[in-house]
Amino acid sequence: MSAPRAPSLVRRAAAAAAVLAALLVVPAVAGTYQTQLLTYGLTLAIAALGFNLLLGYTGLLSFGHSAFFGAGAYAVAFMMRYLGVSSMELFILGGVAFSAVLAALLGVVCVRHTRIFFAILTLALSQVLWTLAYKFFWITGGTDGLRVPFSKVTLLGGLVGFPGADAFAKFITSYYYYVLVAFCVCVALMWLIVHSPFGKTLQAIRDNETRARFLGVRIWRYRWLAFLVSGIFTGVAGSLWVPLNGLTTPDVLYWPQSGKIVFFAVLGGFRNFTGPMVGAVIFNYLEVYAVAVTEYWQITLGVILIALVTFLPSGIVGTAARLSARLKRKRGAST
Amino acid sequence: MSLLRTERLTKHFGETRAVDGVDFTVNEGEFLSLVGTNGAGKTTLVNLISAFLSPDSGRIFIADRDITYAPVDERIRAGIARSFQLVNLFDDLSVLDNVALAIFAREGKTKRIFSLAERDTAVTQEATELLGQFGLAGKAEGLAGGLAQGERKLLDVAVAYALRPKLLFLDEPTSGVSTREKAQIMDTVSSVVRGGGITAVVIEHDMDVVFKYSDRVVVMHEGRFLADGPPEEIRQNRDVATYLLGTDV
Repeated sequence: MSAPRAPSLVRRAAAAAAVLAALLVVPAVAGTYQTQLLTYGLTLAIAALGFNLLLGYTGLLSFGHSAFFGAGAYAVAFMMRYLGVSSMELFILGGVAFSAVLAALLGVVCVRHTRIFFAILTLALSQVLWTLAYKFFWITGGTDGLRVPFSKVTLLGGLVGFPGADAFAKFITSYYYYVLVAFCVCVALMWLIVHSPFGKTLQAIRDNETRARFLGVRIWRYRWLAFLVSGIFTGVAGSLWVPLNGLTTPDVLYWPQSGKIVFFAVLGGFRNFTGPMVGAVIFNYLEVYAVAVTEYWQITLGVILIALVTFLPSGIVGTAARLSARLKRKRGAST
Repeated sequence: MSLLRTERLTKHFGETRAVDGVDFTVNEGEFLSLVGTNGAGKTTLVNLISAFLSPDSGRIFIADRDITYAPVDERIRAGIARSFQLVNLFDDLSVLDNVALAIFAREGKTKRIFSLAERDTAVTQEATELLGQFGLAGKAEGLAGGLAQGERKLLDVAVAYALRPKLLFLDEPTSGVSTREKAQIMDTVSSVVRGGGITAVVIEHDMDVVFKYSDRVVVMHEGRFLADGPPEEIRQNRDVATYLLGTDV
């Protein structure tokens, strides 16, 4: 077996630039609704990016990432409701702080375990948060949730606001670019992290914990740090998502939200950097259109999941990369 | 001068006395072979010294520092490294990354989160040179999981060696490879380790390999030391001939 050669940095940068160029023109060529859908997709892609630091790079399957997504969303809602904050930048900082504290605490409990024990612990702890969001309804709004109306949100330190009759369309366009910048920053940061000595160490732990331990790596500490970073990214996603949704309810803390994030990674492929992001964007479209077509949309998604696990275990991006490599080998052999 | 010393080191698994009150000394600069039949206690002894297992009783000292209950990372900092009987590599990482990671760990750089690993030219250069010493320079970019068995054995040793330990334990570095490969692996390992001035303890079954490369041979039988001395003396030892070689002297 020979190693597949990684695409060069130049080719990667060119591909990223092409994708970015396409994303930049979306509001100009697509309507408000499509732009809104893609904005949702980009926020979910940030969550997938964070989640995959644990699954793809550290080998830990979390079924509790709704906790961090919800932490980010509720941080924004609390800040708006109780502190009168309207600045999106402060919301993001609040989301980072809230999800970081939560991830730091949950991480202490969870990272001492792996495999099914880790998955169950993360699931259980996120369900505790969901219950708390229900029970403390005088703070969280219970099932009614907390509203985060876009008209009260300002961007760029208050420079951009959204009053007026056509505010929604203006908000969607402005917010799309805002989320796109946040997405690019998150992608760049995560790319740096997974290619750093720290990221390589996580991959080493994933591949062979024993050997990593016998290099002097303190496994728990690194898993905890990965958990923390992963939680923060997912928290940022939750913070960016809530003004778009206009409301946060305990549903964002419930286990199906964690299941969706796992689905993103499986759909796109979690053994490559871009897979979970692609999975998140595609899942968002699948969900929206499946809901529109049939009331049994969950069955549709279930069938897709079964088909993926059975026929495309490396996900859409993983499979595409494999096919592309095979095609190149064939071309190489024929010339 | 002794680098490693154990005092009455003991490990039982139920009724089995895997290591039974062993006093073991390794002197600085030695290339020592630890031999014995299957179940003699060789790997258990190395596992106890490297913190893979905890002893039931006894003490372990490295350079007169008691490390009996020190965790793995502390023992590594104290200068102990090891390879494994069943090759333990990071199969989905490149060959270069396997060695580079050991260097990052040694240099305390594994916590660096916002710098590109491949941009650390000092580490990359050292890893490349080290792979060259082990004859793996041509494989640097490939995945470790794609190497042949003999190459995997060499990389396993190279990763441990990259920690620049004072004392390197090699657990059967030639198991599962052809006779020709055995000689190649041992020539390479012996030359690199001796060249680096590192003390090495090799667990080995092949007595031709043991007699050819070792300065000193320690023979274990049923958890205890049966003989200890230079290769020629061990070759002439009647007990060793009976229990290990199955021949008469």
